[in-house]
Amino acid sequence: MRPIATTRMEAGIPTGRLAVWWVVASEIVIFGGLLVSYIMHRIAHPEWGGHAANTNVWIGATNTLVLLTSSLSAVLAHKAALGGDGKKAARFLYYTFGGAVTFVCIKAAEWTMEIRHGYTITANTFWSFYYTAAGLHALHVIAGGIIMLIVAQTAKRNLELHRVELIGIYWHFVDIVWIFLFPLLYIAK
Amino acid sequence: MIDRYIAALSTYASDIDDLILLIGVLVGFWFILCEVVFFYFIWRYRAKPGVRAQYVTGEDKAHKRWITWPHLLVLVCDVFIVVGAVRVWYDVKQHLPDAEETVRVIGQQWAWSFVHPGPDGKLDTDDDIKTVDELHVQVGKVYHFKLESRDVLHSFSVPVFRLKQDAIPGRVITGWFEATEIGEHDIQCAEICGIGHGVMGARIFIESAEQHASWVASQSPISLASANNP
Amino acid sequence: MAESIPAEATHAHDDHHHGEQSFWSKYVFSTDHKMIAMQYMFTGMAMAIIGGFMAYAFRMQLAFPGMDVPGFGIVSPANYNALVTNHGSIMIFWVAMPVLIAAFGNFLIPLMVGCDDMVFPKINRLSYQIFLLSVIVLLSSFFVTNGGFGGAWTSYPPLSAKGQYSLTPLGSSIWLVAVALEFIAFLLGGINFVTTAMNSRAPGMKVYDIPIVVWTIVVASILFMASVGPLFAGAVMLFMDQNIGTAFFDPDKGGDPILWQHLFWFFGHPEVYVVLLPAMGISAEIICTFARKKMFAYKTFLYTMWATGVLSFTVWAHHQFVAGIDPRMAHIFTVTTLLISIPIAEMCFIYIATLYGGSITLTTPMLWALAFVAEFLIGGVTGIFLGASGADIYFHDTYFVLAHFHYTFYPIAIIGTFAGFTYWFPKMFGKMMNETLGKIHFWGTIIPFNCIFIPLFILGAAGQHRRIYSYEHFPELAGPQFQDLRIFATSALLVMLAFQLVFFYNCFISWRKREKDAGDNPWRANTLEWSATSPPPHGNWPDGLPNCYRGPYEYAHPDREEDFHPQHVPS
Repeated sequence: MRPIATTRMEAGIPTGRLAVWWVVASEIVIFGGLLVSYIMHRIAHPEWGGHAANTNVWIGATNTLVLLTSSLSAVLAHKAALGGDGKKAARFLYYTFGGAVTFVCIKAAEWTMEIRHGYTITANTFWSFYYTAAGLHALHVIAGGIIMLIVAQTAKRNLELHRVELIGIYWHFVDIVWIFLFPLLYIAK
Repeated sequence: MIDRYIAALSTYASDIDDLILLIGVLVGFWFILCEVVFFYFIWRYRAKPGVRAQYVTGEDKAHKRWITWPHLLVLVCDVFIVVGAVRVWYDVKQHLPDAEETVRVIGQQWAWSFVHPGPDGKLDTDDDIKTVDELHVQVGKVYHFKLESRDVLHSFSVPVFRLKQDAIPGRVITGWFEATEIGEHDIQCAEICGIGHGVMGARIFIESAEQHASWVASQSPISLASANNP
Repeated sequence: MAESIPAEATHAHDDHHHGEQSFWSKYVFSTDHKMIAMQYMFTGMAMAIIGGFMAYAFRMQLAFPGMDVPGFGIVSPANYNALVTNHGSIMIFWVAMPVLIAAFGNFLIPLMVGCDDMVFPKINRLSYQIFLLSVIVLLSSFFVTNGGFGGAWTSYPPLSAKGQYSLTPLGSSIWLVAVALEFIAFLLGGINFVTTAMNSRAPGMKVYDIPIVVWTIVVASILFMASVGPLFAGAVMLFMDQNIGTAFFDPDKGGDPILWQHLFWFFGHPEVYVVLLPAMGISAEIICTFARKKMFAYKTFLYTMWATGVLSFTVWAHHQFVAGIDPRMAHIFTVTTLLISIPIAEMCFIYIATLYGGSITLTTPMLWALAFVAEFLIGGVTGIFLGASGADIYFHDTYFVLAHFHYTFYPIAIIGTFAGFTYWFPKMFGKMMNETLGKIHFWGTIIPFNCIFIPLFILGAAGQHRRIYSYEHFPELAGPQFQDLRIFATSALLVMLAFQLVFFYNCFISWRKREKDAGDNPWRANTLEWSATSPPPHGNWPDGLPNCYRGPYEYAHPDREEDFHPQHVPS
């Protein structure tokens, strides 16, 4: 039984959307703090450019493409949900989930390769930041993927379709964090 | 105000004390004013039978003035305090006068060690005098201290100088002081550094020129050698 | 899952045995905002007893070094560090925040905006469960090898990063996990406060009709959310330094200990406003009710509150003046810190102006609310000494700082709590507290409070530094004139703690009264919670949610015979 409170909309924004924006805002500050710390360190340590040279920009670019495509399918899922087509929305959400899985698999392979080369999290502080930032991001990809599956399961039965937009907002945020990580970790050498 | 409890024995100590006094006077004025008006209102407007409260929104100009003018005056007081603080800070922390002598101050868990120049007057030479928990300086001389830590954060604090500077491992931080009176006083560690933080006191010996010279002479290896081989 | 509670279960707070299932769903797994509020309130108060006991132990050690403290034993230097660390951490994270924000926020917000519950009751319940987990994790840290964390609530590395330095490796990491969990709990809680206040308002309640306490709790939640992120990231980094050998803060391997300080204080400074604002809100409600007056310049107060919130993000490095930052940076932070004194002064002036022309009754809640203003003023003005960089050189890490922040935190966390609790107790439990006992408790708390901390200002001015387990090793601080002050402060603490028994006794006998003697609106106040029954049933207004027809402080309007005009009354 939903309280009446949940259904009111005095501020003109549906409460679910307000809640997701709140979550996104708090995550922005967390990632922001981490990335600003990284940037300050980087400015103080020019030799990190040498460490950063060992990240693979092609793998990074592929993952960027994967995430952008998955964001596209999230948008298409939302479009379907707006039209009331739960089954179609669920299908696009499954594609987005597929993108999440692909991202994580590529990252796992990438890290295995890097660790084999001796670039572990304790190798030096650049790599500490690299694994921490990308790892925190990957955790959010996994969490987002799981939530997406749950939303898709309900959406398939044409229920709770507004949640498709909400998980979409979260997913775009995950994507944008990567858009910041990619140049900071891969391109800046 | 502060020198009521502890002497001011460096050239900048009285500047810091004066700044504290300035703040005390300005802040004290506002504090007393607010509390007096506050308690007066509580007494004056206590509930009386048959007397109703007034309906005051505070949004009209006549009433709002009672808030806006005081808080503009607070701004003016703040400007005085900022100017005073910036000047004192600049003199103590930003602009170091040329050193007449340099000492090295090293904090570690849980003692202070000091390296004084030896008879040759230069630091980082073979005749340097190394001590633990006692710092010997000459009155009236401008000293630079080079502050280091061997492990965690410590803080070199000499209350009578009004001196305080955190020591950071991996860095050497330079500060200065000039003592104005001879005597023996506390040195503290003012940053929690583990279970021995409370025993990490040391003493500073501010000596006259003669006292200091004879201390230096008695400490140097050369004099010790000649004492052993008369 | 049984979450509906029949309306006649208003005797829910009595001790009668209901069937096992309804006990769990009513008291333990409830999603009702009022029950969750009680859970936060009692957990917070229990933690206050633990934090207070810690203060008792370390103050006894300071007054009588080496003594066998009754109920604790001998306080070793390691014990001392753990006691001060956990006293500070508990009081801020596990008392002030849960009581002021989560307990009062949960209880008041739905009632004051006129709806039946928070927007996301299950997330609300989850936030408490995570909070309770953080409590358990923190308390468990006291029982591991080498005991609780001893690196101060500020947890500066390298001391906190390496077990060989702190000698509490396990305790340090567990403490970090507990703090991180507490952050997550409050981030989740914030979702409800903000969305409920923004969206679930009664029809007719415009933005300027929202009671001040709701505003302050909402703004506090936003400040918390906007500031905690970097510290959360920092906590992850510190945890990794402690446990897997990274070197984010290790200078030997290219890290920077000062980075932690920036991450900590970027959160730490807004955090003090996070706890200050709700306490100010609570005081405002009480002062308006018992002075029978409209809040003076309500809109100005709101703008000033927002200004304080925004400015609070620009002052953080005043905690780091002597920490080794670039000396030029100090000038910037002195300016911003002194600037922030202006909106705060303005808020104090507004409170004083609200009393002007009032008709003031000194009930127990009003005594507490007025004491909040008078005592916080001391904390506020002594902050100026610390914000001025040149003066802070002397005062940093002395007892002057400690006395300053106790003159801010104690009014916030203790006086503010007693104010709100004695004011809303009739609404929460349907019964009035005993006024005489309330006043005895008030004076028995306030007078000793000042006797504890004024001596500490003096000791700080004399150069006494912090986090020292005994001053016997410092000849200039060991003299009898200083030791007498320490003993006096500790004795005052004992008196103050003793008087808290009066409060607990009052709570107990009032709660146990057979008759619900409070009625709906014993204080003749205007805000919406007073139109519900005392206590409100599940769903708050079973006969229909109220509408809002005016602002919250329409007291003593000249056109009305009654000296108050509740928000829910149509004409």
